[in-house]
Amino acid sequence: MAELDTSGGGKHKGGKIRSKKASTRVDLTAMVDLAFLLITFFMYTTTLNKPKAMNLVMPDNSVKTSQLPVAASRTMTIVLGSHDKVEWYMGEPGKTPPTVDGYGASGIRKALIDNAKVVAATHAAPDNTMEVLIHPSDKSTYNNLVATLDEMSITNIHIYAIVKILPMEVDDLKKNGIY
Amino acid sequence: MPRVKVARKSTAIDMTAMCDVAFLLLTFFILTAKPKIDDPSHATVPPSTNMAPVADANMMTVSIGGDKLFFSVTEQDVRAEVLKDMGTAYNVPFTPEEIQRFSLTQVFGVPMKSMKAFLDTPPDELKNFVQTGIPADTTNNNELFNWIYKSRQAEKLLHDKDLQMSIKGDSKEQYPEINLVISCLEKQKLFKFDLITALKTAPSKR
Repeated sequence: MAELDTSGGGKHKGGKIRSKKASTRVDLTAMVDLAFLLITFFMYTTTLNKPKAMNLVMPDNSVKTSQLPVAASRTMTIVLGSHDKVEWYMGEPGKTPPTVDGYGASGIRKALIDNAKVVAATHAAPDNTMEVLIHPSDKSTYNNLVATLDEMSITNIHIYAIVKILPMEVDDLKKNGIY
Repeated sequence: MPRVKVARKSTAIDMTAMCDVAFLLLTFFILTAKPKIDDPSHATVPPSTNMAPVADANMMTVSIGGDKLFFSVTEQDVRAEVLKDMGTAYNVPFTPEEIQRFSLTQVFGVPMKSMKAFLDTPPDELKNFVQTGIPADTTNNNELFNWIYKSRQAEKLLHDKDLQMSIKGDSKEQYPEINLVISCLEKQKLFKFDLITALKTAPSKR
């Protein structure tokens, strides 16, 4: 691939001996090879998909300040069970039988959207947003927790908290075979 | 009839433009490159639709993988300072070489009693060193609690900044292990932290 000498040489018959004009073109093939090799190396070693973060704010349990009373009818509780199943109920525990549901668009997301609509329709204007309590059981996985928190941001629910599970909810999960 | 002569052309191509492009790309990749951090927790993070990027500096991360806890701080000088503090708290004196080694260790998960053995292992044998995870419980004085607490102290002392906390958990990890880490943070009044997740395409909002 080297540059061909196209200057023609010429005969030096009788005339002055002239020094041959050297071509200024440099063979770049090797340099390009090296550059692409390095590009390939850097492309493979860099992390292109940077991990993303999900902000989580836990309730401050150190100060016992006066807490705002919240209507039970506006509260939805999600209990995370095993085998990627959840239980949810509206209002106070034990008063309404919980519904067993799955994750994803047809499961808990649909329930969240439907319940939020019901809450918005049955309550007066400033206080008609739904609040969600997440009760993860000991048999649920980290994936379940993140999926549930993710549903909060998908369904635009701004008031939610991760709370310790109640013993009666554990019994209920056992009864439904998801603990 | 004379034969048509095909003009013989030189096979050499002008490489200048190609070379320019190649080096431009190379420069870009070198400047944006961040080497992959060797994470011994091997946690596969769960997917979420959140788009907030993870900060590169002033971060501490607790990784949870295989029921073991791992800890990392982004700043090198903070790492060195924390090891000194932890050495005095747990009566394990460290040599300057060991502190130097530790400040170059990105992620670790060894209890204090085997920390010296971990730091004295030659780098090429480190792959075979079994990291047993940082011990943690629900009390106010466990090793994970102290690592987090002393890292925050060191950060405040050296940079006068607050460390951002993040949790990197394996998606199959059971909730009690996650709760243990969260309760460790709550005990030192850390209520805001990030959960590191992988990106998933968001469903259309209705």
